[in-house]
Amino acid sequence: MTTITENAIPQPRRRINDAMIAFVLMTALLAVVPLTGIYPFFVMQALCFALLACAFNLLIGYGGLLSFGHAMFLGTAGYFTAHALKVWGLSPELGILVGTVGAGALAVITGLIAIRRQGIYFAMITLALSQLLYFVYLQTPFTHGEDGIQGIPQGKLFGIFNLANSTTLYYVILAGFLLGFLLIYRTINSPFGEVLKAIRENEPRAISLGYKTDQYKLMAFILSGTLAGFAGSLKVFVAQNASLTDVHWTMSGEIVLITLVGGLGTLFGPVVGAFVIIAMQQYLAGFGQWVTVIQGVIFVVCVLTFRRGIIGEIGHYFKRSL
Amino acid sequence: MSINLQALSAQLLVGLINGSFYALLSLGLAVIFGMLNIINFAHGAVYMMGAFAAYFLLNFAGIGYWPALILAPLAVGIFGMILERTMLQWIASLDHLYGLLLTFGLALIIQGVFQNYFGSSGLPYAIPDALKGGMNLGFMFLPIYRGWVVVFSLVVCIATWYLIERTRLGANLRAATENPTLVRAFGINVPRMITLTYGLGVGLAALAGVLSAPINQVRPLMGADLIIVVFAVVVIGGMGSIMGSIITGFALGIVEGLTKYFYPEASNTVVFVLMVLVLLVKPSGLTGRAA
Repeated sequence: MTTITENAIPQPRRRINDAMIAFVLMTALLAVVPLTGIYPFFVMQALCFALLACAFNLLIGYGGLLSFGHAMFLGTAGYFTAHALKVWGLSPELGILVGTVGAGALAVITGLIAIRRQGIYFAMITLALSQLLYFVYLQTPFTHGEDGIQGIPQGKLFGIFNLANSTTLYYVILAGFLLGFLLIYRTINSPFGEVLKAIRENEPRAISLGYKTDQYKLMAFILSGTLAGFAGSLKVFVAQNASLTDVHWTMSGEIVLITLVGGLGTLFGPVVGAFVIIAMQQYLAGFGQWVTVIQGVIFVVCVLTFRRGIIGEIGHYFKRSL
Repeated sequence: MSINLQALSAQLLVGLINGSFYALLSLGLAVIFGMLNIINFAHGAVYMMGAFAAYFLLNFAGIGYWPALILAPLAVGIFGMILERTMLQWIASLDHLYGLLLTFGLALIIQGVFQNYFGSSGLPYAIPDALKGGMNLGFMFLPIYRGWVVVFSLVVCIATWYLIERTRLGANLRAATENPTLVRAFGINVPRMITLTYGLGVGLAALAGVLSAPINQVRPLMGADLIIVVFAVVVIGGMGSIMGSIITGFALGIVEGLTKYFYPEASNTVVFVLMVLVLLVKPSGLTGRAA
């Protein structure tokens, strides 16, 4: 049976590998964005979604676990950070910490529940759990229900960097994204990551080799949820609000779509996918519900004819693992 | 604590009606899963299409509720079979998660198109004349249409169970679920059976849509949130047994109704909380096989 990732290409050991070159290229491109006159808000938003999708991809692409509820980490961290900044008046770094730790704690609880089942059931359970949280946030007072938390002060990071300045904010978001990206890269290429891939390919075999696969899956889930939360915390500074949209199942679907378009199980796929999908939403914003229809069409086309995704296809053509 | 019997039985009835829809929808999901090994994410969208089909029949062709009860599921079922033949068939050999992603995309397309033309507000659909009014049962007032929905759903569920568990066609179906290659060797057209199964599952969802049209109004997103609850129902009940999904569906509807009376704040979440509890105690679901 074909696994969900067709992008696993054996990689010869090299001193300077393709991923490093691509990483340097990506960093350089992103670093010069403020000089080019591209609307920084768009790129910042795309970076937050890119990190979110990378975190999601860690689970599906390397662990074979399709989470259809990753919006719950995005939304939870967003609410926590927003509340910490606005009501408690905490500094940005502490606000991010509150949000990320909150999402991490949520990942521990939901992970313990969700990893009890696999495959399709895992997807349904994560979706149901995120819907549960959606209703909780709809009713608890601190989220302000339909209005959400608005007008969040951006403040000064470490007391030095003024986040109200869009260029400063841009580099802070970029730094946060790169930090998360490198952490995922390191995880994938660690012994832990190798075991994860072994579980994806053949779980009974991994068990027979003595690995406690449930613990590995739980660790991957917690890491993924925490990083998704980190992305959610960063996003608060860009959007300056936290709302129910970020917890809704449509958001979870968007995360899946971004990763699918970019390439499941590729390192750079989620990043490319995020820029493609966010750009599409920007350009098509005037078309109302047709955006949903187009997203659906992309889903269908990707599944039927384009399962490797953009980066996956490029990697396949050049026989490289990106 | 004093219990208001009138209010309690009213909420129980609402619960039973929701339970009917859960049962019809989870039954369809289970039938499709058994044959195609995919979770039909578009199930909520076809439920909505069933309601809209009834609405179109009435407003554009003047065809009333009773014919719609047959025509709407038939039309939507054929639509489902076309989807199966043109798309789902091609990904049958891939990881089952691709089926989930594909049907999710289909759900987005269907719901998006309907939202474009009909907005998000509800369209009214009148209760048929024969089922108007209500009965006074002494302890509660029973609107006849609501009683009809519960009874009719139950009959359809049992009939489906009978079809699959007790007839020759059902035996072939179950055999094909276990070993498609062997069943094909006996000269049975398995691909056609798969298509018909998908049509049946989708038709059941559309039927639930027609039944719900006079109660819940006809809205493009009427199935979008419902399907997530039904997923939780399916996780609780497990998809291994047809009767299991029927019983779980009705039972959870009743539990939800009781929650609406005793602790209304939790009525949206009670099914999900129960799902968590079941996963902690019996991860394979109440009736299902572990997967």
